[in-house]
Amino acid sequence: MSAPSHTHRFKARQWDAISFCFTGLTGLATFLIIAILAVILGNIVINGWAHLSWGFITGGTQKDMFSVGASGVLPMIFGTAARVILMSIFVMPVGVITAIYLTEYARTSSLATRIIRGAVNNLAGVPSIVFGLFGLGFFINFMGQNMDAFLRGGTQAPLWGKPAILWASMTLAVMTLPVVIVATEESLKAIPQGLREASLALGATKLETILKIVLPQALPGIMTGAILAISRAAGEVAPILFTGAAYYMAQLPHSLTDQFMDLGYHVFILSTQSPNIEQTRPILYATVLVLLLLTFALNLVAILIRARIRARMRSLQ
Amino acid sequence: MGIKRGHKANPVEWVAEKMIFGVSLSAIVMVFLIFAFVTREALPVILGRTNTAAARPARPVGDMEKMSPRELQEYLELTPAEFAQKDTETLKLLMEVKIEAGQELRADKDSAINTSSWHYLLHPHQWTGYDKPVYIWQPVSQIAKYNIIPLLLGSLKATFVALLFGVPVALGAAIYVSQLASPRIREWLKPIIELLAGIPSVVLGFFALIVMASFLQSIFGTQSRLNAFVAGLALSVAIIPVVFSIAEDALTSVPRSYTQAALALGASRWKAAWQVVLPAALPGVFAAVVLGFGRAIGETMVVLMASGNASILSMGLFDSTRTITATIAAELAETVFGGTHYRILFLIGSLLFIVTFLSNMAGEMVIHNLKRRMEGKGQ
Repeated sequence: MSAPSHTHRFKARQWDAISFCFTGLTGLATFLIIAILAVILGNIVINGWAHLSWGFITGGTQKDMFSVGASGVLPMIFGTAARVILMSIFVMPVGVITAIYLTEYARTSSLATRIIRGAVNNLAGVPSIVFGLFGLGFFINFMGQNMDAFLRGGTQAPLWGKPAILWASMTLAVMTLPVVIVATEESLKAIPQGLREASLALGATKLETILKIVLPQALPGIMTGAILAISRAAGEVAPILFTGAAYYMAQLPHSLTDQFMDLGYHVFILSTQSPNIEQTRPILYATVLVLLLLTFALNLVAILIRARIRARMRSLQ
Repeated sequence: MGIKRGHKANPVEWVAEKMIFGVSLSAIVMVFLIFAFVTREALPVILGRTNTAAARPARPVGDMEKMSPRELQEYLELTPAEFAQKDTETLKLLMEVKIEAGQELRADKDSAINTSSWHYLLHPHQWTGYDKPVYIWQPVSQIAKYNIIPLLLGSLKATFVALLFGVPVALGAAIYVSQLASPRIREWLKPIIELLAGIPSVVLGFFALIVMASFLQSIFGTQSRLNAFVAGLALSVAIIPVVFSIAEDALTSVPRSYTQAALALGASRWKAAWQVVLPAALPGVFAAVVLGFGRAIGETMVVLMASGNASILSMGLFDSTRTITATIAAELAETVFGGTHYRILFLIGSLLFIVTFLSNMAGEMVIHNLKRRMEGKGQ
């Protein structure tokens, strides 16, 4: 390296130009993504803020949901909240138990483990509209209609065999299963192996170790999974199109078999079915802002918890 | 990760393990059920049991008594529930309507065609009034036409645009974040880019429809405001976080000793990234693109709102386009339950499932092999 020749230095400088370009281009790509995010968020916040008021959030929807002065989004917030809470009840136990199996019991090389992992990854990639079709084909047409036939004799008007908040939540639960599994697994892996060994050495059984040592430690990670699943599901529209979302309802849903109004679906209706898009623009933007605030607040919390778990995991390695 | 002790000797432990194992199979069961039940609804079309030919012989009203209720219900094309609600007078009226409709229909030679057979789903046909064979998706018309080629092309067009813009940006950012940025900046950049994945697709669709479409039209002066290009561009925003995080993951999984060796040999940082790390992580980058493709072709709300939804067969990127996903979302609610149109929508849904299933499998397999190799070499 000592005393580089003239050609050497020239070559090095040429490399510097390429290096500058390369770093610049990849940096530009990074900047572009952040710019896209900023433009979308900025546009929505600036335009949506003006119409966002307490009355808008707590107002019910009058018969005319396109009127700028009179409409509110409370029924949609209620519907969205209800369906994601129901969904969490269905998905959390299954997701957490699957993650426990994968990290605590399964041998990584066994065929069953590989197939389970493959299925989880595959489930994450199934298009949301296919979940909608599945919800209609399985939950409503198969489970619902059979429940009608057995429980109610199939004579009356269908009670279970039609779109309902229950079926929409179950469809979303299937969709968000991988989210919960992956997040829980990550947090279980971040727990030091020594903790488990100490517990076993003190005479606890494997099940006791999992229930009393591992799970409490993994709780923040499991919460992250729940939050990520909720924020993912809260914004999804395609899976609930045929399984429960209603265009308009005069009342809030009060049983599991009712349909519901939904924030995301309402954004879709306002942007595509409005009789006068210019006039309804304020409520459209305000509704989008409410939906975005909801999903982003959840996401932000999840990302922060996750960053802490990852930092802890790195410090362990 | 689990520690193997003699826990299987305890019956409670044994039962618990078996139950936990049982629950963990639910993901497999679900993937299987999705395939089974989406295909189940499409089965009559797949097996060629549906018939849309309208020119079946009309039967006089007097035949009503001779027909069994089931026969009558099928003849009138009613669902069992609808059939049960109608009284004899209404049914008689429907019989008369059927006869009149039949007379009108038989004037058109196309009415004798079963448009739901595989041939007409895939091949062009010269319909009455057209001067050459065409591919048409036109399910709501006198003679329903279910050619799925325009939808397939529409999906591929939007996906192509999405990958064209999304992949370079996502890969560039992945290289920058994983190789060139300082650890401090990296800690900031990753969560911000992950935040992009948190934007619901209906919000992206809204943004494309309300803001981007007008903006792009004023730049390119296109004829239709909503087209495959607008939808594809919005789709690229949806796939960037997916491609970014998988590619970034693959690049990070390359052992640091590779970079250190390259730097020690006198390579600059970009040369180490470009000629050492990137080639090593190439399968992972490829998997990122494949999974991005799966995400783009399956995305629904963005294309439903921003693509214009005209089911015309054209190669033009600036033409209004209808994709598979948007067709299902827009039309399923209006179909007759259990009818031919309903079943064909399930058929294209199961095709979509198969396509994304295969691309997911391919992507996952590549990543799995890459990870194993990297871990093996890293030791």
